[in-house]
Amino acid sequence: MLRVETLSKSYATPQGPATVLDGVSLEVGAGRTLALMGESGSGKSTLLHLVAGLDAPDEGRVFVGDAEMTGRDDAGRAALRRERVGLVFQQFNLVASLTVADNLAFQARLAGREDGVWTARLTERLGLAALTGRYPEQLSGGQQQRVAIGRALALRPALVLADEPTGALDETTAETVMTLMLELVAETGCALLMATHSARCAARLGERLVLRGGRVDAAAMRAAE
Amino acid sequence: MTFRWTLAALLSHWRRRPGQAAALLAGLALATALWSAVQALNLAARDSYDRAAALLGGAATVSIARPEGGDFDQALFVTLRRAGWPVSPVLEGRARLGERTWRIVGVEPVTLPPGAALASLGEDAGPDDPAALLGRPRGALATPETLEAVGAGDGEAFEAGGLTLRAAARDGLAPATLVVDIGVAQRLLDAPGAVSRLVAPARHGRDPSELAALTGGRLAQLEASPDGDLARLTDSFHLNLTAFGLLAFVVGLFIAHAAVGLAFEQRLAMLRTLRACGVPARTAALALLAELACFALAGGLAGMALGYLVAALLAPDVAASLRGLYGAPASGELALAPAWWLSGLGMTFAGAMLAAGSGIWRAANLPALAPAQPLAWLAGHERRIRAQAFAATGLLMLSAMIARSGEGLVAAFAMLACLLLGAALATPALLSAGLAFGAARARRPLARWLWADARAGLGGLSLALTALMLALATNIGVGSMVTGFRDTFTGWLDQRLAAEIYVRAPGEDRARAFEAAAPALPGVSAVLPTRTAEIRLAGLPVELLGLRDHATYRARWPLLEQEAEAWDAVAAGEGALLSEQLARRLRVGLGDVVTAPGAEGPWPLRVVGLHPDYGNPKGQMVVGLDPLMERLPQAERGAFGLRVAPERIEATMSAITADPALAGVEAIDQAAVKRLSLGLFDQTFAVTGALNALTLGVAGVALLASLATLSAMRLPQLAPVWAMGVTRRRLALLEFGRTMALAAAVAVLAVPLGAALAWALVEVVNVQAFGWRLPLHLYPGQWALLAALALGVAALAAAGPVLRLARTPPARLLAVFAQER
Ligand SMILES: Nc1ncnc2c1ncn2[C@@H]1O[C@H](COP(=O)(O)OP(=O)(O)OP(=O)(O)O)[C@@H](O)[C@H]1O
Ligand SMILES: [Mg+2]
Repeated sequence: MLRVETLSKSYATPQGPATVLDGVSLEVGAGRTLALMGESGSGKSTLLHLVAGLDAPDEGRVFVGDAEMTGRDDAGRAALRRERVGLVFQQFNLVASLTVADNLAFQARLAGREDGVWTARLTERLGLAALTGRYPEQLSGGQQQRVAIGRALALRPALVLADEPTGALDETTAETVMTLMLELVAETGCALLMATHSARCAARLGERLVLRGGRVDAAAMRAAE
Repeated sequence: MTFRWTLAALLSHWRRRPGQAAALLAGLALATALWSAVQALNLAARDSYDRAAALLGGAATVSIARPEGGDFDQALFVTLRRAGWPVSPVLEGRARLGERTWRIVGVEPVTLPPGAALASLGEDAGPDDPAALLGRPRGALATPETLEAVGAGDGEAFEAGGLTLRAAARDGLAPATLVVDIGVAQRLLDAPGAVSRLVAPARHGRDPSELAALTGGRLAQLEASPDGDLARLTDSFHLNLTAFGLLAFVVGLFIAHAAVGLAFEQRLAMLRTLRACGVPARTAALALLAELACFALAGGLAGMALGYLVAALLAPDVAASLRGLYGAPASGELALAPAWWLSGLGMTFAGAMLAAGSGIWRAANLPALAPAQPLAWLAGHERRIRAQAFAATGLLMLSAMIARSGEGLVAAFAMLACLLLGAALATPALLSAGLAFGAARARRPLARWLWADARAGLGGLSLALTALMLALATNIGVGSMVTGFRDTFTGWLDQRLAAEIYVRAPGEDRARAFEAAAPALPGVSAVLPTRTAEIRLAGLPVELLGLRDHATYRARWPLLEQEAEAWDAVAAGEGALLSEQLARRLRVGLGDVVTAPGAEGPWPLRVVGLHPDYGNPKGQMVVGLDPLMERLPQAERGAFGLRVAPERIEATMSAITADPALAGVEAIDQAAVKRLSLGLFDQTFAVTGALNALTLGVAGVALLASLATLSAMRLPQLAPVWAMGVTRRRLALLEFGRTMALAAAVAVLAVPLGAALAWALVEVVNVQAFGWRLPLHLYPGQWALLAALALGVAALAAAGPVLRLARTPPARLLAVFAQER
């Protein structure tokens, strides 16, 4: 479902170009889940952003299903993202001036694929039924993340990208949110690529991949298994 | 789909923050309102001028008249007609009917050229034919409004100058104008056999050079129709109004800009989320543009309605000023031309783009991964302030350069624009420097925080404060100019109105009778007759005023510059006194020679003195009464001045009214003339005053809008201080004090700018626009009053948000800690 081929990215810094990703390749099939690990600054978020088409790589290609993300202009990448990719960040996921219900349906509406029955079910499953009329500032952090997950899945995306979705939550809440997300991902049959610091979270996913110095660290991965 | 939901998400922001939406709408509406009000007034006046010009055909006809101006004998008309010239005679003048003075246009309907608006009125023929109307029963054509003011209904008879006229209402005629048969006009204007000019079709097919031979050199075809004079004379008046409208427009845009700027900053996070959900940058920018267009349309329409209201309120004053200052036939009626609607809305859209363009540009180029920090704007503030200070320096220097070397009214306004814009750009830098200075000296921790926090919050407030500063400076500058002008004007009137009683007699017979009877009237020590003639010097309309050689003038006539023995030269017919503005327009000074047209040939006159002549659009040249009658026997009688012992004034006045031999003679005492003149003066500047006050009001709204939007954003800064034990009441008081301190600083900055503005208006704009230079007066008392007013406006604007802060539930303050946003 997701295929990444020798992806490279470097940023210009005052000390010259700094390579963040150096030929990273990976694959996540439909219905599979992959945890992206590595210490802070190892390039996890950068990789997710490239996959989502929020930024363009220097080299390499990204395929979501049969469509190539790389090699498109901003509008083309946005269109593909809108159609197939659900994104969950650590924070600031929601539109502050829209209600929970409107936030949940937002991306599906943008893509012209709003499915009332499915959205209602998601709302139920995420335990948000009583909160649909509220605004994000009236929700707790865990509730906000559940709305963000709901929004990503309401689209029935081919791929969900999550960047430390539970990073700002306490352990118990994080557990609940993780469980919900994995259940729903399994239910929709989409692929999940999730960046995380937490070994506990990573352990709940199907596969793990460790980044170090811009490359896949095979030794660290074997150690982790 | 994408576009629709993107727009919906963007708009949801305003639903959550109605105050901000109101501020944006108010800014756009107010900017549009004042601008379109001024435009409506200008358009109405221009329409009057055009109608006045079209009466006799405008560009479709040409005028044949004495090149030096003045009426001529109708025998010349007969001569030309006999020679086959398709000319028609016109006599124009002003006559008092009832309370007001009206423009009288006498025409000969049968010979009127086909291009004249009057001629086409006859095309619907029948008994309504103007020939029929004007010919037989002494018809008088006028607009229904004019007739109403005269007190006659359509078809009714009314008395005028001893004649019974029959009123006929006609739309489309020039306002405040009565069109009559030329024979009637000659009697109304007491000018038997006189013609002011001849009109002919523009393509009359004759050689204009024939005219000299046919008329003995007395008549010539005029290059420009005298009908255009009004538009030229009033240009400066309208330019002044337009400049004011533009200033108010800019102040209004400051509000819009402040509201839009904050909305963009608050929606950076939303934009990032939109991008993450697959909205292309271009779509987001287009949606922002569509949103702006909605606001511009709503604000623009509201503004146009408001503008119409303001214009309707000011229209009578403007029309009165135009009539009084320029003798222009202005009706005070507004017309809603489609061009006015379109240009008004166009200004709103252009203004909205100006106010929001940079934000939209940034949104269109925002990287999808931009940090969504709402206060990033404030963080980049320092750098922007420095850039602005730099631009301000450049603009102020440019303004000084134009002041030194520029010429003409446009240059004068360009200078003002640079000055105001430069000062506006410098304001945030100066305020920031002041706050930094305060922060550096503060000792107590709370005071320290206050200074630093004020500096951080300046980014959001600086636009509104700048608008307040501009409005205050304009009020100070224009106030100083108007008050200074009024003082000068009053002093000048005191001097100029040397006689105690002024008398006007209808017709030559009465005038002669009065002149004979006057010395015998009780208390009269001297009779000062005057005569006037309309001439042209270098194409400019000039009033030649003949004054008797009398000690009164020698002692009291105000002069700016004079040669020794100036009055002797005037009495001898060798010298003339020129009004300041005429001398400036002719570019002559003391000792230069100007040549007036005499009946028997040119009349060279040495300029021996310059006198101020405020409020007169025409140039004035004073010559001796006897030489004038010798050189220009057709000069008309003007008012008589009577020197009377002050305690006898009333007795003299009643003696004039009581004498049956002096029936119809109007007498008015000096005090009444002064009252009338000052009344006219105040009316003229009533419009300026109203626009001034409105501008200050608009700035107050700007401040209110900014404070209201900022107060919500500032909770995260206040919450920690509250948590550390400062009560909400105390916080609110501190906030209030801070706003007031900033407003006070603004007032302090506005005073020098206002003084500079007053200087520019008095020394440059007035001289360019009207031709007179006034002494520059400064009025610190007025400044203090205006500064207090500005503080009051700031206090009103701050009160709402501060009260709300004092009553903020603790839960809302706590929420700041509960979530990172
Ligand atoms: N816009 C940028 N310009 C320059 N360098 C950047 C930029 N964005 C990221 N980097 C650098 O790229 C490297 C990788 O950053 P990235 O955010 O992908 O790391 P990460 O693995 O997500 O870290 P964390 O676990 O802390 O979130 C870092 O060294 C970072 O400093
Ligand atoms: Mg990261």
